[in-house]
Amino acid sequence: MSDLSNLYSEKVLDHFQNPRNLGEIKNPDGVGTVGNRVCGDIMRLFIKVEEKNGEEIIKDVKFQTLGCGAAIATSSIATELIKGKPLSQALALTNKAIAEALGGLPKAKMHCSVLAADAVKKAIEDFRRKK
Amino acid sequence: MDKVYLDYAATTPVRPEVVEAMRPYWGEKFGNASSLHSFGKEARIAVEEAREKIASILNAETEEIVFTGSITESDNLAILGLTGRFPEKVGQLITSEIEHHAVLDTFITLEKRGYRVSYLPVNQEGQVNLKALEEALRTKTLLVSVMSANNEVGTIEPVEEIGEIINAFNKGKKDWRVYFHTDAAAFFEYLPLDVKRLKVDLLSLGPHKFGGPKGVGVLYVKKDVSLSPLYFGGHQEFGLCPGTEAVPLIVGAAKAFELASKEKEENKNRVTVLRDRLIKGVLEKIPGVFLTGDAERRLPGLASFSFRDVEGEAVLLRLDKEGIAASSGSACTSGELKPSHVLLAMGIPPEEAHGSVRFSLGRETTKEDIDYVLEKLPRVIEDIRKMTPKL
Ligand SMILES: Cc1ncc(COP(=O)(O)O)c(C=O)c1O
Ligand code: FES
Repeated sequence: MSDLSNLYSEKVLDHFQNPRNLGEIKNPDGVGTVGNRVCGDIMRLFIKVEEKNGEEIIKDVKFQTLGCGAAIATSSIATELIKGKPLSQALALTNKAIAEALGGLPKAKMHCSVLAADAVKKAIEDFRRKK
Repeated sequence: MDKVYLDYAATTPVRPEVVEAMRPYWGEKFGNASSLHSFGKEARIAVEEAREKIASILNAETEEIVFTGSITESDNLAILGLTGRFPEKVGQLITSEIEHHAVLDTFITLEKRGYRVSYLPVNQEGQVNLKALEEALRTKTLLVSVMSANNEVGTIEPVEEIGEIINAFNKGKKDWRVYFHTDAAAFFEYLPLDVKRLKVDLLSLGPHKFGGPKGVGVLYVKKDVSLSPLYFGGHQEFGLCPGTEAVPLIVGAAKAFELASKEKEENKNRVTVLRDRLIKGVLEKIPGVFLTGDAERRLPGLASFSFRDVEGEAVLLRLDKEGIAASSGSACTSGELKPSHVLLAMGIPPEEAHGSVRFSLGRETTKEDIDYVLEKLPRVIEDIRKMTPKL
């Protein structure tokens, strides 16, 4: 049993304590759900997409996450990183970029950033499928 | 804001009386206990007096007490030291599924080296199954190691009964016998511990769990039990733990044993009331939570829960922000992404084990501390649950 809080950067803790874009979007254009309960972490990302000058833009994004501090922080920052961005740019978001935006993650927590990147991709795929 | 420390099962603050007892042995009385001169003699006397004191508290003989470097080392010395006395891979070994890693991983290592190891199952409350023990005992069983109380969920194990079973099994046998080891690290502070009554051959303890220093452990080795050392070099500690004795830590250990033993009953009663206040409050105020471990046969200072729809680490971080220190057996705090083996062995499904939070109370815990937790915790759980996807 160990407390990992001292291994988290200030930025991770900030996003964990004050998550951005937390919640649900009613009638979302796309939803991405990753992880599973047995493994202990589930992330859910909701997106609203809008066309602007012929480009598809993420107009709004919200998340819900069950998981550790890093899982919540990576979801939170991922929403910030893709909000208002074209879909093509959001799709290119890597887990590394997410971790870097948080000032780094403890090694054992890198997979949480993978989860966040996957959730973004899945939400966009879902949007494309529905279209 | 005053912080509320409820992680005494991890470690405890060194008591001022213990600091005081250790003080002269850092500078003024710095001698090597093996030296012939007056400096050495002074240190030797201190070490042997500490040994005597601890022995008498545990109802052991003085020469049955071995000082090691940690509880982990005591566990390793007990298990590897005993198996090391016999030709390789001789004898079957028995332990339980809920041991501390200091014991469990040692057996897993022996298993990899070719030993046969049986891991006794536990029931939902975390009690080791005695019937399984009886069935597992074989003619060539060498060692049974079962902890006295579990440090994660607080369940007190039937060690006396285990001692009886082993004793009965050994009766009449001449050329082979089963040895019994127990890790009593979580047990000693509040509960009566008498090595003769327990019928144990080997018992591990460490003073940092009850107001003593870290860096020193104790292993009780019954007179007629011989162990082989794990490393070599000096004659110290009967050759079992060679290396210059940590005189100040050993002196501090004895002081911590003395104080804890003197105050056992009083501390137990005080802490039990607070623990029950915490358990009752949590179960009343928070929906979707259950107590893990045995409700009755439970360590006086330990309250462990599983909260639905939250992840333990997230709870710890939020509590830490409120100045409350606790711990968790969740997967995300384990570093190996598997929930605690103890909770899984008890049949708690992984998705519930993820929400485990342990509060362990101690000497300085007050009613105000508990009420503060009861004030903050419902909100913390509620906030985290708000983040959980509704699937
Ligand atoms: C039951 C038990 N055994 C062994 C240990 C290991 O103690 P240490 O890390 O001091 O060696 C602990 C401490 O967490 C424990 O609770
Ligand atoms: S969600 Fe389990 S380690 Fe991050």
